[in-house]
Amino acid sequence: MISYLARRVAIVLVSLFGASVVVFAVLGILPGSPAQVILGTQATPQAVRQLSAQLGTNKPLWVQYLHWAHGLLLGQLGRSYVSQQPIGPQIARALTVTGPLVLFALVIGALVALPLGLGAALYNGKVSGTFLGALSQVGIAVPTFVGGILLIIVFAVALPVFPSSGFPGWSQPGQALRSLVLPAITLGLVEGAILSRYVRASVLDQLHSDYLRTARSKGLSRAQALWHHGMRNAMVPLVTVLGLELAALIVGAIIVENVFSLPGVGQLLLNAVDNRDLLVVQDIVILVAAVVLVINLLVDLSYHLLDPRVRDEGQR
Amino acid sequence: MTLLSVRDLTVSAPGGLALVDGVSLDIEKGERVGLIGESGSGKSLTALAVMGLLGEELKATGHVFFGNEDLFAASERRRCQLRGDAISMIFQEPMMALNPTMRVGKQVGETLRIHRGLGRRAAARAAVDLLGRVELPDPQRCAMMYPHELSGGQRQRVMMAIAISCDPDVVLADEPTTALDVTVQRRVLELLDRLVAEEHCALLLITHDLAVVSEMCDRVVTMYGGRVVEVGPAARMLTSPAHPYTEALLETSLAVSVDAPSDGVLPAIAGSVPAAGAFPTGCPFRDRCPRRTEACEVTPPLAGDGTHAVACWWPIAQPVAGTSTR
Repeated sequence: MISYLARRVAIVLVSLFGASVVVFAVLGILPGSPAQVILGTQATPQAVRQLSAQLGTNKPLWVQYLHWAHGLLLGQLGRSYVSQQPIGPQIARALTVTGPLVLFALVIGALVALPLGLGAALYNGKVSGTFLGALSQVGIAVPTFVGGILLIIVFAVALPVFPSSGFPGWSQPGQALRSLVLPAITLGLVEGAILSRYVRASVLDQLHSDYLRTARSKGLSRAQALWHHGMRNAMVPLVTVLGLELAALIVGAIIVENVFSLPGVGQLLLNAVDNRDLLVVQDIVILVAAVVLVINLLVDLSYHLLDPRVRDEGQR
Repeated sequence: MTLLSVRDLTVSAPGGLALVDGVSLDIEKGERVGLIGESGSGKSLTALAVMGLLGEELKATGHVFFGNEDLFAASERRRCQLRGDAISMIFQEPMMALNPTMRVGKQVGETLRIHRGLGRRAAARAAVDLLGRVELPDPQRCAMMYPHELSGGQRQRVMMAIAISCDPDVVLADEPTTALDVTVQRRVLELLDRLVAEEHCALLLITHDLAVVSEMCDRVVTMYGGRVVEVGPAARMLTSPAHPYTEALLETSLAVSVDAPSDGVLPAIAGSVPAAGAFPTGCPFRDRCPRRTEACEVTPPLAGDGTHAVACWWPIAQPVAGTSTR
């Protein structure tokens, strides 16, 4: 188990290194220097050169990369080219919006997916099961931004229950939560609809498994057998999907934050792209990559808790 | 009194296709009945229908009496009470039939928790005892293992421990050794034989190994094409079968158990079992039967004396019209 863990962590570190190189290279070869963008088209070449030297963007790419990577390892994300503010605190502040939003959406997704998928599986082949299956298809087919705008029209404009945009900050927790409701539903519904397909498939697999029949031959009802014998086994494929879904939620948050004008990581990223604030973009992308890699690591480790067969393979 | 009585059991697929077609069979208290026939004859479906564990898409009609109680008329709650307690089942594929993510001891003790209300600890202790009774080495350690850590034979012993845990009145064993290595089949069957004797319970043994049936069973039921084609005392049916299908099964199994035939060719039953729905009208076996005549286009009834009955227009004891006696 320890050697397995060490191996997996090593893979994460190597992947992170690869991701950092790719992110840096792609953004580094973009035409137009940051100094030029900051100073505008009217700036003299001399002023641009001076600012480039000040920002360090005139040095060779590999020097810039090492400087950036060194800072990352020390936890220093650098200063924004545009605002000259340190980037770390900006991202940290944005995370206080994006983090709760993603978790909130995940909870909503699970609350949608479990009953919908379970119902579709239990009533498989009956009208109600087909209806539940069709409902999830509709949920998948509606794009995030369309769903979000629809929700705004209904719950913010027609029935002003929730705010349609903005975020008051966590100093007012009630208001803050309320302003996350619509974005979280927008994000969560789609992911929940997708997840429900997997829940349905996974539960159906369990219902048709031989060991569930054995469980029933012992005298358990169908529901009891599913609960005691099916759930843990059904979780194995679902955890994989859940990990991927969580990554998708983080990416989806970027769109949703802009629909609802939330000052989260997504908005920070889009603004940085607009201003060609390259260092901010690099930092955010590498952080998202790190989070996704860690989620995948946790998913892999969870197999060990859920399935004793995987546990034994890991020991070999 | 008859313990378990199946009457006119029909199991049909969604299109109305009968996979089991009007099967009747009785099991007396403590009796051992062998249910034989090739794959696709409806043996397993018959057992599953008795358990009430057919897939949802299959529809069972007829009656299954347990004592005086018609199980098909009983509530699902009542059926759950009987399952695992009075009637238990051993499945064919022990790897698939055991939960891969639950420790063996817990799976064995579960039945006692359901029907005897045992607590977690008492059930765990009882499970270790049961694992010892099915002759697993180091039952204490086995109880803490997962199914994939056991061999095929050991897994089937675990299945047996589950099946006998609540002293059932009847055990339905669906080809309990088919999935096992030939070398362990015999020992697993010997164990089943001993457990059934110790528990004084009745046994419905589904198999196509006639040597096993002749050693373990009192009576034999032959099924083909979803129907019972012959039923009678084991000693009589396995020495002088009346149905050509039973005889054919007997010939093939004798050839396997005795030394290889001199010409190196194993006898086989002509043709193969048709897919469900592709059986001929009339006698289901007539396409493959050496004794068939035009009469076989009409379904023969199961007829005979009180102990031995056969569904054949030309049972082996009688000559076939127009041909010489075999």
